[in-house]
Amino acid sequence: MQLTNRAQQVVQKEMTLAERLYLPAIFAGLSITIKHLFKKKATLKYPEVKREFAPVYRGQHVLKRDDEGRENCTACGLCAVSCPAEAITMDAAERKAGEEHLYREEKYAAKYEINMLRCIYCGLCEEACPKDAIYLTDRIVASEFTRGKFVYGKDVLVEKMDDRIDVSQRKKHYSIVNN
Amino acid sequence: MTLILFKTLLILIIFLISLGIAAYSTYGERKIAAFLQDRIGPDRAGPFGILQPIADGVKMFLKEEIIPNVSNKWLFILGPCIFMVTALMTSAVIPWGLPLEISGVKYNLQVADINIGILYVLGVVSLGVYGIMIGGWASNNKFALLGAIRASSQMISYELAMGMSVIAILLMNDGSLSLNSMVENQGTGKLYGFINISGMNWNVFYQPVAFLIFLICAFAECNRTPFDLAESESELIGGFHTEYSSMKLGLYLFAEYINMFISAAVISCLFFGGYNFPGIAYLQEILPANIVSLISVAVLFGKIIFFIFFFMWIRWTIPRFRYDQLMRLGWQWLMPLSIINMLITGAVLIWIRN
Repeated sequence: MQLTNRAQQVVQKEMTLAERLYLPAIFAGLSITIKHLFKKKATLKYPEVKREFAPVYRGQHVLKRDDEGRENCTACGLCAVSCPAEAITMDAAERKAGEEHLYREEKYAAKYEINMLRCIYCGLCEEACPKDAIYLTDRIVASEFTRGKFVYGKDVLVEKMDDRIDVSQRKKHYSIVNN
Repeated sequence: MTLILFKTLLILIIFLISLGIAAYSTYGERKIAAFLQDRIGPDRAGPFGILQPIADGVKMFLKEEIIPNVSNKWLFILGPCIFMVTALMTSAVIPWGLPLEISGVKYNLQVADINIGILYVLGVVSLGVYGIMIGGWASNNKFALLGAIRASSQMISYELAMGMSVIAILLMNDGSLSLNSMVENQGTGKLYGFINISGMNWNVFYQPVAFLIFLICAFAECNRTPFDLAESESELIGGFHTEYSSMKLGLYLFAEYINMFISAAVISCLFFGGYNFPGIAYLQEILPANIVSLISVAVLFGKIIFFIFFFMWIRWTIPRFRYDQLMRLGWQWLMPLSIINMLITGAVLIWIRN
């Protein structure tokens, strides 16, 4: 039964004199390699030039704050439930009076940890999040010397107000996916 | 300036140039390999990575020097020394340029114009295989020994064809073995007897077959791809220098590049007119002799650098031969071809001269 029309009949025919001399083939090879000498090189000189990530690149997570600097996360736990690698753990706490400028709603995550060695960067946590709180960014997780340091707490994950992280590209991506 | 002083100076300069070219051949090899594979290559040490050979040399010196317990220590050390010395010795008979004239005395730009020139080159090059053989054997390692055996049998096989192809040139040169007279003969007379371009009477136009044979054999003698079976890193883990480390390995690698440099020089001298270039007679009329002499040196080095580039170009184009293919090519193709070429050359020369 013929599945494709790419099959070729194998023939083992005697080589001609020109083929046995190798020289024509060698010259053909030389002309191919010399063409590559003048081609544009694909290499980027990395530390100086960086290759642009795709807008949907999934790297290190960020826990977003709103425009007034309050944490979005309410510790509902949907991200932890959706996480297939079970990388996310959290402890919820109740917002006290006087903490309104820190947390947007009455409940917040007192502890929020992602084990970066478990995480598979699938992005299901950001899809699950109902509060716009967790996003994956184009930042690369830094290397460490010990495993323990890969468990990122809130000190690393929550964005700083003076160094906000732009996730508008990912939001746009999700609005396309959801509609 | 006495002759001795001049020769000593010349030897020193050639020695330094050989080492310099060998060092920059490593850089050139990496750069050309990268370019042929659409990469950039070393570009971190200095502008365009120009200081890379120095960094490599420092790395080689700082590495741990290991002499295996089971090795024959004296021979283990002797191996790379012999290889390096023979590689450097070959340059003695190569005429580097037209004679220089300093305060009325003419000095040949050749360390020794001995009348067995090309024989000396072949002899010393074949001594080089002792460096590989001794090093490989003294390592007391199967891979090293295999590499050494491969190297020696390959060199012996290809030296025959190489010598035979050179005989055709000797016949054309009235039987003179001196490299200087060969180069001079290529600078005089008309090409094919009627094309009158000065300094263009090159042997390659008369002996393309001998040139091809010599070139192929030079690849085999230098252990370069496609004949690098002696040190095939993918099957023999480096072959004869498997056990070597630090600067002893450096000497082997370095000497190989010097061999390549000398091979390129010998090819240029035998077949491409050495320091001769088209229009040399015209320049001799309008420019002072010493300046033409320096230009001729530059021309020879241009040819040498082209051939070194060609060696590298081939290396990054053609895959390695299988060992039986290598032997078949050497004994069944190149040997008979060079003998036939020699006979035809002799017959034609007799026919012309009578």
